[in-house]
Amino acid sequence: MSIELNAVNFQYGKRQVLHDLTFSLTAGSFNALLGPNGAGKTTLISLLTRLLALQSGSIKIHEDDLRQAPRRIMASLGVVFQQSTLDLDLSVLHNLEYHGALHGLSRQQVKNRALEELARMGLSDRLNDKVRSLNGGHRRRVEIARALLHRPKVLLLDEPSVGLDTRTRLELNEYVRGLCQTHALTLLWTTHLMDEIRPEDHLLVLNKGHLLFADTGTQLLSLTQTHLLSDAFEQITGLRETVI
Amino acid sequence: MNFSVYAYSFLGVLKREFLRFIHQRSRFFSSLVRPLLWLIVFAAGFRAALGLSITPPYQTYITYETYIIPGLACMILLFNGMQSALSMVYDREMGSMRVLLMSPLPRSWLLFCKLFAIALISLIQVYAFYGITLALDIRLPLIGLLYALPALLLTALELGAIGLFLSSKIRQLENFAGVMNFVIFPMFFMSSALYPLWRMRESSEWLYWVCSLNPFTYAVELVRFAMYSQLNLEAFWVTLATTLFFGGMAIIGFRPEKVTGTK
Repeated sequence: MSIELNAVNFQYGKRQVLHDLTFSLTAGSFNALLGPNGAGKTTLISLLTRLLALQSGSIKIHEDDLRQAPRRIMASLGVVFQQSTLDLDLSVLHNLEYHGALHGLSRQQVKNRALEELARMGLSDRLNDKVRSLNGGHRRRVEIARALLHRPKVLLLDEPSVGLDTRTRLELNEYVRGLCQTHALTLLWTTHLMDEIRPEDHLLVLNKGHLLFADTGTQLLSLTQTHLLSDAFEQITGLRETVI
Repeated sequence: MNFSVYAYSFLGVLKREFLRFIHQRSRFFSSLVRPLLWLIVFAAGFRAALGLSITPPYQTYITYETYIIPGLACMILLFNGMQSALSMVYDREMGSMRVLLMSPLPRSWLLFCKLFAIALISLIQVYAFYGITLALDIRLPLIGLLYALPALLLTALELGAIGLFLSSKIRQLENFAGVMNFVIFPMFFMSSALYPLWRMRESSEWLYWVCSLNPFTYAVELVRFAMYSQLNLEAFWVTLATTLFFGGMAIIGFRPEKVTGTK
């Protein structure tokens, strides 16, 4: 399922935070949205998920326009937010049940799918544990399992690795990449940590609300004439004072 | 989307609210302690000071304790409605409200589910309170407790809708303290919950008019009349209209352009 943005602008009051964003993502691909803090990544995710209303431009997900078919689009999206949205005092299963119910799934459907997704993540034995008792990495996995529960076609992950140690971050990243193949998902992974990105990934580089680059990591290396993606990122976003 | 999708979502929201309620036992007990304090301590002092004439729906002289029971039942609904609003603000701050807002189902439906769940939880607390008052040997018409159910449900929906509306307007948890001072206390004290309006008029004409304009007064009277197997039509229409008005305002308040319009 492809994603297309056309001339998307957004402002909070008088402060413009997204400037004329236009790009498209291919169905079934892993895409990384990169940008320093304050680049507008979370605002973009909020627009895609209808937590913010689109002010101008258009967003299409597989030919469905966000304004005209919002419910169909919401049914096709799975989201993991930067800030955890799990209810800490409920069990893993109850959290998943709540999400499933909000997507119109029966209790039995939720239970079957929850067991399937949690088994894949090695968390089957934690089904009845309170979320509060899970560590950060496991909570993130539960959030991903929950996001996949209603069988979305697009998975949006807004800085999902924040607060995790390096090993857990990279394991999570590896796991999510696998989902592109196993679930045929179009995936948008938002981050500012360059070790989560590979040269073959499709990258979107955002800075101060402007889209600076939209192509593969290899192309970015070539454009900036650097060898490391972290150097290329710093150069293109102006974090390093080098003229391209 | 078919009927079952709506039914599953309704049951899902209901279950979550009940689970949260069960996990917050202190909330349940404090909701009972508050009106019981009024009933046992406050009423003991006021019984002698306040003379109550026979006014509808009462057909005979009643004790002050009996008079304030409907008001205290509505007090439970009022506090619970506001408590639920507080948890909505908390959910928004913590981010968990996004799970609700990300559903493909209409937000108006989801808010209705939430409102109904809040109302049912409030009713459990009210009937627990009724049970204790009966145990304290305060005379209540037993059949009236059954007749009062729809009136209590409507009142619970009304106060829950006001709470939802407030939660759509209040962005930060700290600001919710103001609700206590500017919503709960004025609504409760400037109503017929603790004193009949004619008593209020004897001491202050303007205060009487303020109380007459307070929707909580009509909610209390609706419940009071229902407890004596009577329908106060005026109170019913005012309570219904208030429920629809604030329910509608809450739906508008939770539209995407309103939810996170500022950062």
